[in-house]
Parts: sequence; structure tokens; C-alpha cells
Amino acid sequence: MPRKTLAEFKVEHLQVLDENGKLDKELEPDLADGDLLRLYRGMVRARELDQRMLKLQRQGRIGTFGPCTGQEAPSTAAALAMQDDDWFVGAFRELGGRLFRGEPLTNTLFYYNGWEEGNVLPKEVGRRMTPLAVVVGTQILHAAGIGYALKLKGEKAAAVTFCGDGATSEGDFHEGLNFAAVWQAPVVFISQNNQWAISIPREKQTRSETIAQKGIAYGVPCIQVDGNDALACYVAIKEALERAYRGEGPTLIEAVTYRLMMHTTADDPTKYRTKDQEDVWWQKEPLIRFQKYLSAKGLWDDAKEEALREELRAEVDTAVKEFEATAPWPLDRPFDHVFAETHPSIEKQHQEYLAALKEESDA
Amino acid sequence: MPKLTMVQAINLALKEEMARDDRVLVMGEDVGVDGGVFRVTDGLHEEFGESRSIDTPLAESGILGTAIGMAMAGLRPVAEMQFSGFSYLMIGQWEGNATRMRSRTQGQHTCPLVVRMPYGGGVRALEHHSESREATYAHFPGGKVVIPSGPRNARALMLAAIRDPDPVVFMEPKHSYRSFREDVPETEEVLPLGQAHVEREGDDLTVVAWGAMMRPTIKAVDAVAKTGVSIELIDLLTISPLDSDTICRSVQKTGRCVIVQEAPRSFGVASEIIARINDEVLLYLEAPVKRLTGYDVVTPYFGREKSYIPPAARIENGLRETLDF
Ligand SMILES: Cc1ncc(C[n+]2csc(CCOP(=O)(O)OP(=O)(O)O)c2C)c(N)n1
Ligand SMILES: [Mg+2]
Repeated sequence: MPRKTLAEFKVEHLQVLDENGKLDKELEPDLADGDLLRLYRGMVRARELDQRMLKLQRQGRIGTFGPCTGQEAPSTAAALAMQDDDWFVGAFRELGGRLFRGEPLTNTLFYYNGWEEGNVLPKEVGRRMTPLAVVVGTQILHAAGIGYALKLKGEKAAAVTFCGDGATSEGDFHEGLNFAAVWQAPVVFISQNNQWAISIPREKQTRSETIAQKGIAYGVPCIQVDGNDALACYVAIKEALERAYRGEGPTLIEAVTYRLMMHTTADDPTKYRTKDQEDVWWQKEPLIRFQKYLSAKGLWDDAKEEALREELRAEVDTAVKEFEATAPWPLDRPFDHVFAETHPSIEKQHQEYLAALKEESDA
Repeated sequence: MPKLTMVQAINLALKEEMARDDRVLVMGEDVGVDGGVFRVTDGLHEEFGESRSIDTPLAESGILGTAIGMAMAGLRPVAEMQFSGFSYLMIGQWEGNATRMRSRTQGQHTCPLVVRMPYGGGVRALEHHSESREATYAHFPGGKVVIPSGPRNARALMLAAIRDPDPVVFMEPKHSYRSFREDVPETEEVLPLGQAHVEREGDDLTVVAWGAMMRPTIKAVDAVAKTGVSIELIDLLTISPLDSDTICRSVQKTGRCVIVQEAPRSFGVASEIIARINDEVLLYLEAPVKRLTGYDVVTPYFGREKSYIPPAARIENGLRETLDF
């Protein structure tokens, strides 16, 4: 008997705007000028806060954090494509999207200075946004569960979740894709392939040619996009959302990008990668090409750029001032949130803790 | 004798043992080229190559699961969990296989492996980077749990852990990684697992601590000892199997005991020590055994963590209370 081919697959790559800002007109999404400007502003806003936080961290004014510089496009484009009722289920490198969805800058600062209060978002913002997920990959399954819930409740909404390239090695990534596919749940999985998982290069993480193709094994439609091209990100995410709203299940999007900074401020990339590689990717970063695109459309110029930067820097300044002027919160708050209701054994420890604090501050 | 940090001392032990025994290898996330995020495996990649210093994909269950296979097939893997907070993703393999293989096959198959993991707070880190969950691992029969408190014993215990015929969780107090140095002998020094160390001898009060809590406890003990009290301080070193003999012998002598624990209070190591004292020497007690511990709350972010880890002043007060009882 001859061997038969049972199935063959292909993986598409999408780029709308190349590194030099050159546009493929055919693929250009139909976005209003106002939306394009909002998208650009959202990305620059994340960059400005990120770069300021690097300085604050170096000065000991906030703790360790993982910069997102160079990766503004996927999450910001997602936030633009999403409706208010969609869930934003991030990892920890989606500052652009989080801010675009309305996270106040001060929340980010509080969080990275060691306060749970940073996770407490204004009600309408936090309603459908999960807190940062530090344990790599765990949030991917939550998105599948959220997708199931939305489907069961008959809502026309989806869960959009993010993870890195390293995260695709965790079991949770595979389980998440599989569950969402089996349930045909409305989920958009976005893997930001920034080439590195701390010191581990993408080629040592997986032998797959693309991360996108991992969807194929689970029966999940997949695509690879230029993750530094905000338009390509937008197009792919919009398509995936429409598919989800139509009840046609999940999509996996690989957004190819680059972590231009250190993994976190505790990391030293010179140990494992070359400056040359970083330089190559600086040429492809997402803001410059989008700016060129806007200029070519007559929507942007140097004066506007300068005004925007100035406005955003002032906004960050104000946020930093507010953050630093905020009095520390009560130290004993963790006792209030162990369970919905307090229990005598916890309350006893609570009182003991307060007494110890008092004694120590009196001494 | 060179003065080393704990990071350097553990690094030394790994180097020594890899040079001595070519079955030994290190594996984990970023342990190779990067030398580990805390640099504990620094230089091993250069010295022993990538086949014995393995940069694995990002998967904790994968790391332990493959380490189990390696150990069963004759290697001696020393696997790293980048932080103990991520080690729970391997617990299925730990409880389901590593700790059971000997018993399951009545000794035909075993899992001689070490899982290293930095644990504990006080370093202003993000969520999941500050917990003390030694009790979780101690609760699994068949797996040993070791916690060094300084560079010298870290080196000696690491050598013992690698040579041990059973799986060992080696929890490294990251707060003590670089905060002080100690003389570490150039000649090989191995400490037996399952034995506590008497750090200070005394007759009036027994104090038990381990890991990063040893430093503030020593400070408190020395402060109280200045007032003319004689205190015996025990450094557990191995959490499981627990050296009850050393503790109970001491309590029999002193009649008083205080246990200092960074972890939440309930269902923990301190509770187990009290149970052992109850079993063996209850009638020698002149005061209730006191636990100075963390609280039964989710480990707070670093803005608050300091006041949740027993500080030296709180320990000192606790010692006095028990002495005055
Ligand atoms: C389960 C788990 N293991 C290990 C870590 C430590 N860690 C934090 S981020 C990271 C690398 C993540 O790489 P990737 O998924 O590519 O995301 P990126 O950091 O590049 O955005 C590691 C190993 C963690 N946070 N969670
Ligand atoms: Mg990555």
C-alpha cells in the first residue's frame, strides 16, 4: 500500500508596514485617522513610561521590572481592536495594551514598587483585565476558561491572552490551546516572540520553525505577523476576534518582535547576546516605521511628534509625583484579604502583628 | 581559607562534584551560558560544556521529569528551579515520581537527584519571588529537604545532597546569597544530611532556626545572652528528615524553646518541631514552646514584606518572654 498524505499545512506571515515604513496598500486596514493616531499615541505612551521607569529603577525609586521597549505594537494594537467587553489577559510585557485599556500610570508604578494596590484598577478598567501573570504561562489557561464562560453566557466577546516565546514551552500553553480548541472557545492567543526568554534564544526554546505552527497540532488557526508592525498586528487580531465572535473558536498569533532592553532590570544581557544583534533590531523597532506611515498619510510631522512627546513626558512626570507623594498604605492590609470573611485564627494573628508593629515602632 | 559568599560556595561545590564525578550535571532555565540568574552555576558551562550544563526550555515539570529519567538511567542531575515560587509546576513529578520511585520499586529504581531553588524574602523582588514553602516539600515522604544558612555549610551540604541516594530539595536562602562571606576550607568538607548543627551551646533556653532566619536569630540570641542567660541555638540544616534528637536533647536540658520561622505559622516546620518535643520531652518543659513566624497571609509584596518576616527585635522580645515565663 502506498503511503498517503493525510494532511498538509501552511503557515502565513503577515506584514503590512515594512521596516522602512513602506506600506502594502492592499493589506492596509480600514482604520479612521483618529484610531491610527490613538494607536501611535498608545505605543509612545508606553515607551515613555517604560524609559522613565528604567531611570526610576536605577535610582532605587521603584523595584525590579521587565521593560517592554520595542514590544509596544502587539498589545496596543490588540487593545485598539478589542471591544470593552473583551477580556485582556496579559503576561507582563503588555504595558502598551494595559495603558490603552485605561490602567492609570500610577497603578503601574505602585505595582513595581511592591504594593498590591497597583493591581487594584478603576472599576471599569479592571472589570475585564486580569492582573499581571508572573508565573510564566499560567494565564493562558485562564483565558481558555474565560472564553468558555463567555460562550456559555452567550456573550459576543472574546478573551485575548498574551505570552512570550519561552512560555510556549510550558505545559500550560499547550493545554490552553487544546482546551480552547476542544471547546471552540472565543480566545485569541498572542505569543510575543521577542527572540529571548531571559538568556535562552528562540532556537534553543523550540525546534519548530515558527511558534505559529504550534496551533496546527491543536486544530487552532494560526498566523505569524511582524510584531513590530502595528498594522499587521491589528489586522491579524481583528480577524481573530471576528472569528471568535462568530463562534468559530480560537486563533494563535505569533508576533515576531524583539526585547530591546534587558529581561528585567536584574538581568545583564551582555552575558548572552551581542550588541550587534540589538542594533539590527533597533532598526526594526515599531515606533519609527509607524511615524513614517503617519507622515506619509499627512497625519504627522516633527512638530506634532515633539508636542506629543512633551505632553506624554509631562503626564509621566505628574504620575511619578503623585506616586511618590502617596503615603504608604496600611501595612496590615494583607490580613483583610486572606478570605472573603475573616476567621478568628487569622484575626488573632492580625492583632498580634499590629501589637508587634507598635512595640517595634515604640522601641 | 578563601572567604566566599553563599553563591560562590554553592558554585564551588557544583564545580568540585562535577570534576570528581562525571555523572553529575546541572540543568535548568538560564543555568548554562548565563550562569544562572543568581550566578550560582557561573563558569560551569565553560568548564564542563553544554552537555553537562544544560540550558533547558522553560518548563519546570519538564526539568524535573527529565531529571528523574536521567537519574534512573545513572546520571546525577542537579536541577535548578529559578525561584522556589515556580517550583510548584514540578510538584506533580516530585510527589508522583521522584519521591516514590524507591518505595514503588522497593529499591530497584531510585532517583538520586537534587533540585536547587532559591527561596525566601527580603530582597525587594516581584510576586512569587519571596515565599518560604519548605513545609510543602517536607510533607512529601521520600524526599529530603535541606536548607543551608551560610556559605560554609551550603558547600558541605550541597556535596552531601549530590551524593545522597535519594531526591533532595535544596532550598537556598536568597537573602543570604551575598549578604555575608565566610571562610570555606579548600579541602573537601561534607556535612551529613539529617543532622542539625548546634551553633551556640547553652543551658537556659533552646532556640531553633534555619536558613535566612539564622542571622537575625543569632543577633537576638547574642543580645539576650549579654544579660547573663545561656542560650543553645540549633541550626536545623536538614528540614526533612528532621533531627529530633538534637532538639529534644537540648530541650530536655533547658526546659524552654523558641522556634524562629520565616514561613507562615500554620502547618509548618515549627509546628512539627513542637509535636516532636511533645512526643519526647513534654514533661521537661518549664514554659510553652513559642513560635516566632510569618503569618498565615499570602506573602505580601515587598512594600510590606519587611514587617512580615520576624526581625531581630521581635525575636529578641520572644526570647525574653519565654525566659520570663
Ligand atoms: C513558571 C515560571 N518559570 C520561570 C519564571 C522565571 N522567568 C520569568 S520570565 C522568564 C522568561 C520568559 O520568557 P518569555 O516567555 O519569552 O517572555 P519574555 O520575558 O521574553 O517576555 C522566566 C524564565 C517564571 N516567572 N515563571
Ligand atoms: Mg521572550
